[in-house]
Amino acid sequence: MKFFKLTFRNAGRHKLRTALTVLGMAIAVMAFAVIRTAIEAWYSQASASSPNRLVANNNVSIIFTLPISYQSKIAAVPGVTSVAHAQWFGGVYVDPKNFFPKFAIEAEPYLAMYPEFSLPPDQKEAFLKERNAAIVGRKLADRFGWQVGDQVRITGDIFPGDWDFVIRGIYTGMKDNTDEGSWLFHYQYIDERMRQESPGRAGQVGWFMIQIDDPTKAAEISGTIDALFKNSAAETKTQTEEAFALSFIAMSGSIIVGMQIISVMVIAIILLVLANTMAMTARERTSEYAVLKTLGFSAGKIVALIFGESLFIAILGGALGIALTFPIVGLMKVAMSAFFSAFPLPPLTFILAGSSAILVGILAALFPASKAMRTSIVDGLRVID
Amino acid sequence: MAQTMVQVNNVFKSYWRDTMEIPVLRSISFDIPEGEFVALMGPSGSGKTTLLNLLAGIDRPTQGNVTVAGSQISGLSDSSLARWRHDNIGFIFQFYNLIPVLTAFENVELPLLLTKLSKAERKKQVELALGIVGLADRMKHYPNQLSGGQEQRVAIARAIVTDPNVILADEPTGDLDKKSAEDIMELLSQLNAQYKKTIVMVTHDPRAAEKAHIIRRLDKGELVNGDGAR
Repeated sequence: MKFFKLTFRNAGRHKLRTALTVLGMAIAVMAFAVIRTAIEAWYSQASASSPNRLVANNNVSIIFTLPISYQSKIAAVPGVTSVAHAQWFGGVYVDPKNFFPKFAIEAEPYLAMYPEFSLPPDQKEAFLKERNAAIVGRKLADRFGWQVGDQVRITGDIFPGDWDFVIRGIYTGMKDNTDEGSWLFHYQYIDERMRQESPGRAGQVGWFMIQIDDPTKAAEISGTIDALFKNSAAETKTQTEEAFALSFIAMSGSIIVGMQIISVMVIAIILLVLANTMAMTARERTSEYAVLKTLGFSAGKIVALIFGESLFIAILGGALGIALTFPIVGLMKVAMSAFFSAFPLPPLTFILAGSSAILVGILAALFPASKAMRTSIVDGLRVID
Repeated sequence: MAQTMVQVNNVFKSYWRDTMEIPVLRSISFDIPEGEFVALMGPSGSGKTTLLNLLAGIDRPTQGNVTVAGSQISGLSDSSLARWRHDNIGFIFQFYNLIPVLTAFENVELPLLLTKLSKAERKKQVELALGIVGLADRMKHYPNQLSGGQEQRVAIARAIVTDPNVILADEPTGDLDKKSAEDIMELLSQLNAQYKKTIVMVTHDPRAAEKAHIIRRLDKGELVNGDGAR
């Protein structure tokens, strides 16, 4: 502590340089934390899944459908307690930029399978009664200012034409990572129209949600279900809801890897910036270090002064960066609520961001400290500032 | 009879420039009794500062032994030498070499930070040292708020604050005007006479050297005036 004053004053010698380095450090740590948060947000969709739920979709690809007739066979498999089908709707609300996921569901069993969707009983009753009713997540409703009773038209793309809906309920998530950004409506609504306009597409669903009684039997039950439809025209691929979500995420795998690389690069760049600052600093103070050595300071103490200053700048920048992360993630939550149900800020993100700052502080001081240690007093005193 | 404070025995020092050895000091031997005030004089490049550096333990002889305050310093490790310098040597530089971001008080306090003294004890020591050099009223001033003479006084306070056995001064008046130079020399004389400090001073200035009891002259790395008595 006796030497902290010297460390602090040294850091303040070139105020602009130190301030810019601290700011650079803050931005780098914030960028690192924000990118990690975005990656976490991606994976939070998988973490929101239940181990009691399986998903069966077409073995070829999620874009291919399954016959609705599979439902009764799946329901008969031992261990299966409930089955509900669902379908990706696509569609555009006013403008393609207004993206949000829209699912045509078998409402009653589907909602029963998702107890984490909290919907007032009167709204649920109203929704179940009306064929073109829809329920929306709280975040989605807030995004477009929708209220219960609003009439909304969606322009179909996968299912062409105009689709008029009435919002009959707004659900909220029981957990932090529960999706509140989806639009759910009755499968019958599209199925009836398909029967009239495109009969070949009627009776087809995107996937089956399957509730099971024992998560430890998930693999066995999945195998049994897939065996039922082996060598059929539409083989199934049954997996846990988490694996299903992860397979979606895997489609964006290269983006996520790219983001991870960028987060590391950001830290590497600021390492070079701080290392350059510390190298300049140590070079400017070569004669001072020689004076301190003459006064009796050991090489270890000089090294400690250099590391102290580097860590002071890095930790100050890191702390500022972490503090900045909160409002930035808050803005991201608002701007990207259509794509991510949650923006978790787990302690690990802060531990990694803080550790990165400390590591940068240590690494940046290595070279100048080593040089200061090796420079003899006589050589150091010859250096003119 | 005063004890020997500095003993230089057959010291050689040379530097290497690529593959060429450049001798700086040759066969230097002399003793300095405790409480003496010695001036080292000689033309530029004669080896004065190199010899002073050897006495301070900030450089090592190529050959020979240097014993200061009873310790043969040539064989000490770097860390032991740092401790030894702190305990035994007060060094005064030509260009003061104060730390610009620290006040006069904090500059003088620096060597005491390496001791186990409490903050209050350090304060007492620093105030005493700054009082001796006549700068008790400039303690909170930064170096850039002081004149050259005042800066050198602070540097002298820093050199004496640990109560060292030997004060080594490298051209202490070399960067000062005549009046300030006289004041500094007066102060060094006072430290020698009143506080019995052994002082070895490198100087070009004959007037500064007049204050010393012994003048030793170096030329081309060799002592040229025998026992050095004036």
